[in-house]
Amino acid sequence: MVVSVRRPLLAPQTPMVQCVGSVHELKRTFLVSAPAERSTSATNIRRGLQADRMKRVLQGDEQEDGGGTSGGSQESLKRPCKQTREEDSEEEEASRCEYLPQEILLHIFQYLPLLDRAYASQVCRGWNQAFHMPELWRCFEFELNQPASSYLKATHPDLIKQIIKRHSKHLQYVSFKVRMESEKERKQCGVDSSRESAEAACNILSQLVNCSLKTLGLISTARPSFMELPKSHFISALTVVFVNSKSLSSLKIDDTPVDDPSLKVLVANNSDTLRLLKMSSCPHVSPAGILCVADQCHGLRELALNYHLLSDELLIALSSERHVHLEHLRIDVVSENPGQQFHTIKKSSWDAMVRHSPKFNLVMYFFLYEDEFGPFFRDEIPVTHLYFGRSVSKDVLGRVGLNCPRLVELVVCANGLRPLDEELIRIAQRCTQLSAIGLGECEVSCSAFVEFVKMCGDRLTQLSIMEDVLVPDHRYGLDDIHWEVSKHLGRVWFPDMMPTW
Amino acid sequence: MAVNSVHWFRKGLRLHDNPALQEALSGADTVRCVYILDPWFAGAANVGINRWRFLLESLEDLDSSLKKLNSRLFVIRGQPTDVFPRLFKEWKVTRLTFEYDPEPYGKERDGAIIKMAQEFGVETIVRKSHTLYNLDRIIEMNNNSPPLTFKRFQTIVSRLELPRRPLPAVTQQQMDKCRTKITENHDQLYSIPSLEELGFRTVGLPSAVWRGGESEALDRLNKHLDKKVWVANLDHPRVNTCSLYASPTGLSPYLRFGCLSCRVLYYNLRELYMKLRKRCSPPLSLFGQLLWREFFYTAATNNPNFDRMDGNPICVQIPWDQNPEALAKWAEGRTGFPWIDAIMTQLRQEGWIHHLARHAVACFLTRGDLWISWESGMKVFEELLLDADWSVNAGSWMWLSCSAFFQQFFHCYCPVGFGKRTDPSGDYIRRYIPILKDYPSRYIYEPWNAPESIQKAANCVVGVDYPKPMINHAEGSRLNIERMKQVYQQLSHYRGLSLLASVPTIQEEAEPPMTDESQTSSGPDSPPRVPAPSEAAGCSTAPDSSTVYVSYAPRPELEGTQGPHPSQTPCTSSGSHPQPPAAVSWSFAPPSPAHSPLSRSKASSPSSSCPTSSPAPSPAGAPGQTFPKRKGLARQTRRNPRQRGRPSCATSGREGERREEEEEEREDTGGDERMEEDAEHEVERMEEETSAHQQ
Repeated sequence: MVVSVRRPLLAPQTPMVQCVGSVHELKRTFLVSAPAERSTSATNIRRGLQADRMKRVLQGDEQEDGGGTSGGSQESLKRPCKQTREEDSEEEEASRCEYLPQEILLHIFQYLPLLDRAYASQVCRGWNQAFHMPELWRCFEFELNQPASSYLKATHPDLIKQIIKRHSKHLQYVSFKVRMESEKERKQCGVDSSRESAEAACNILSQLVNCSLKTLGLISTARPSFMELPKSHFISALTVVFVNSKSLSSLKIDDTPVDDPSLKVLVANNSDTLRLLKMSSCPHVSPAGILCVADQCHGLRELALNYHLLSDELLIALSSERHVHLEHLRIDVVSENPGQQFHTIKKSSWDAMVRHSPKFNLVMYFFLYEDEFGPFFRDEIPVTHLYFGRSVSKDVLGRVGLNCPRLVELVVCANGLRPLDEELIRIAQRCTQLSAIGLGECEVSCSAFVEFVKMCGDRLTQLSIMEDVLVPDHRYGLDDIHWEVSKHLGRVWFPDMMPTW
Repeated sequence: MAVNSVHWFRKGLRLHDNPALQEALSGADTVRCVYILDPWFAGAANVGINRWRFLLESLEDLDSSLKKLNSRLFVIRGQPTDVFPRLFKEWKVTRLTFEYDPEPYGKERDGAIIKMAQEFGVETIVRKSHTLYNLDRIIEMNNNSPPLTFKRFQTIVSRLELPRRPLPAVTQQQMDKCRTKITENHDQLYSIPSLEELGFRTVGLPSAVWRGGESEALDRLNKHLDKKVWVANLDHPRVNTCSLYASPTGLSPYLRFGCLSCRVLYYNLRELYMKLRKRCSPPLSLFGQLLWREFFYTAATNNPNFDRMDGNPICVQIPWDQNPEALAKWAEGRTGFPWIDAIMTQLRQEGWIHHLARHAVACFLTRGDLWISWESGMKVFEELLLDADWSVNAGSWMWLSCSAFFQQFFHCYCPVGFGKRTDPSGDYIRRYIPILKDYPSRYIYEPWNAPESIQKAANCVVGVDYPKPMINHAEGSRLNIERMKQVYQQLSHYRGLSLLASVPTIQEEAEPPMTDESQTSSGPDSPPRVPAPSEAAGCSTAPDSSTVYVSYAPRPELEGTQGPHPSQTPCTSSGSHPQPPAAVSWSFAPPSPAHSPLSRSKASSPSSSCPTSSPAPSPAGAPGQTFPKRKGLARQTRRNPRQRGRPSCATSGREGERREEEEEEREDTGGDERMEEDAEHEVERMEEETSAHQQ
């Protein structure tokens, strides 16, 4: 125990004890140390060790809960503090530890990683109380995955138990990260571990009866695990949260089997507070289901869904007088099978949206086959961010140039073999807001590209062009082009390179 | 006392431009050239038959060249640490020479041998000739860390003196002076092993497409140069169908084994360029491939974990899937995507694939479709690819999987479209996957979309004779793009580098930043944020959510304790923690507070009362005065210099000082170069951040 406690106390906590004098200094110490700590992704080994330690710490904590603190462990746990303040007398040191005001302690704890907080909680009763302060438990991310996929860390089961037992009522901002393993691993484990993870998430959700969540996120870090669950199981767990949390403001349930009835429950209980709803790739929701959300939740400011849920009615509902300005609308246009037919949205509906929310971002991700673009970009559309994940034809890009006056960012991953010269020039002419562009497997002649950059000038804050995209012509070779483009941008620019190896 | 030299061949399997070998010859009474290999380990090592064959052929060639000089190659079976003590005694060795190996594993091995030689009183002479430049010098010039972007690397290289000129080949006269008696039983004792001896089955083995050896390498070099003259194309050649096939002018495996000196290639290209173009100095792009090799060698030389994700400070930790089944399908060319399968078949059969083909299969395995770690792919390449240098292989995989070197990840190669673009006819597929040879070009890249009648007519029904595609590319790449976004959105120093990571959302506004490292991997940077200066660019429609909106985030855990930080909070001026600003070229202005209903509605949160309006106003408006590592600061400090036309010393602390120095150094640079410097600073900062973050 002593060893395991000593590490964190000597490392990040050292300055904490030394700087007890001033709150500002305290802040400084932790502001500086915390981010660095966070971004060093812990290695797997370290994670393993941490999980181990976490278990021990939590077990220690449990004991403490039962019979108070035993003298022996107290003493051994205090030792690290002494070491950090060699110049001070022991007495003074001991008293300082204890008299650190609770709110300062809380403040410090906020900047500590959970594990370090857990260690610190073993120092003395006061610190232990601080560890359990509700303020520290408002926000939590459960990571549920089996050790087989060793790239990810997992939230320790003992910790989950503790949280449900002691802190579920404090939780407000919750997310679940669930990961699914390959079929082979599933066979090896003998159980369907990914489904287990998703199920574990559902089980935790259904136990969150007496809490009032403000945000909830269900995130599959691999393939959509929640889709694997029996729909009824998932729905009933989700409904528990919807019914009990009367003030959900943010809900991220992409790739889940959520359905129309459960959305109705959501609306019935949280219509006043809901601001963000992300539900891309939820096949059980119908256009009517999402329309019901838009009709009732007037505070909705961000919405993410698939194109098949988008309707003229939905846009009209979102631009009704009672509705706040929408800020972000993300649409995924995904082809389920080649040659799929897509419906069209009326220009008047988009116009209504722009009138109501003049500044809203319309983010569209296209994952379509080339011949499925028929209904798109025929009329003016207020799209701001366009991402073409698959090959898109010259013709469609030509229409983009004509009909997307609000375009800010454009990513074209691939295009046919003919150069995109006229299309880019037209986009430069017509899309006067365009400030970012990325081109993958496309071709543009160097001259046309220089012309494009010249027309856009320094408003192009992001210009990410693969080297192979640029075709040298009579005016510019590959060696000249970066100077020419840099000149027009007013900063140094190079095409993106890939190693030749 | 007699000087008895041993030259130890490892890489550098050549007699031309071999400085260490020259040292062995210089003033020596006897010289023996040895190659050490352990047949026991040969079978077990992760090296495929084609690579072994190439090596053995190279050794044969070396031996026959030495024969012409009345010498021989001594191939010794065993491990260097066991072999050398015996040789030292047996041959009364006084001098050991070998080429410097810049890779961490090699450095360690050589260190042990040098120490051992010392104990035996043997002088060791080590010479650098596997790389163009002294890699340590490049690192030194980049403030003692390897450059992590190719541009930065090129900039440094352009400031270096030219690589050392190559040395001539070893001559008969040189060899005559230190001729070593070759015993009768030389072939029994020191012969080059056969593939069978190494444990490979050679029955039915097709002949090698790439024949190993220095003679072949020099032959190819001449053809390579002739071709350059012939097509009068010294620039980057455009890729076409032909590029996909093994070319008789290809050189990369010869550089890998050192059958060809990189400096010989360098100077030949240079001279050819100067002859043809009549310009005084050729552009760096002429040496593209050589410089990439150098770049990765530099990045790897001091990083023993360069070939793995764990413990590798330059590698982004990405939660890859572990899926041995899918990996096997990929490695064996059974993915069901003819383009991918043809490439993997070519790789297995011939040991070489074009670099775009490498990009295609690497992207497919990692971030594009299968989401399997680049380490697995790297190991397969290590086994099969003739030119797989440890450094270059690992580095390229990190690059292609967007795990390092600041890559854009928005673009995934399509396993159908990419091949179609490169070879519309599909002949490449037909050559390597004969079962598809009767498919019409229209369907050959996506046979599963061919009508059944066509499948039957082509005698290859998908799902029976050829596998169905193992993944729906559209769906897979959509999910993977999202996953990549998840990964990159948590890396503050990468933020703004990627187009996709910047797609706006209010999500962080609705959620408090999580301060808990052990439990959150998506928590944004430390809580207090300074919004970006509103002077930045006039497009308020698309805020960079990750930086801007966060300033409105209600932070319930801080309620009542937390106002906006006054300017004396830790800032770069304290000097104690100079944080280089994030290198971000993305500058969106925050929307004005009026557009954020949430900030008003959260009356309970004191921090909401002053969202954007008071970003720690600092006295003289000095932009350096604010929290470390906030993007607001990053932009401010970077924008201001730009507005003034050249980098200033706006930032305090180390960063500023260094800039000052650099400016003095290059007072006389023109405007263009100044821009370049600006970019360099960005890159430097970017790199500093990474190392600061990941150590």
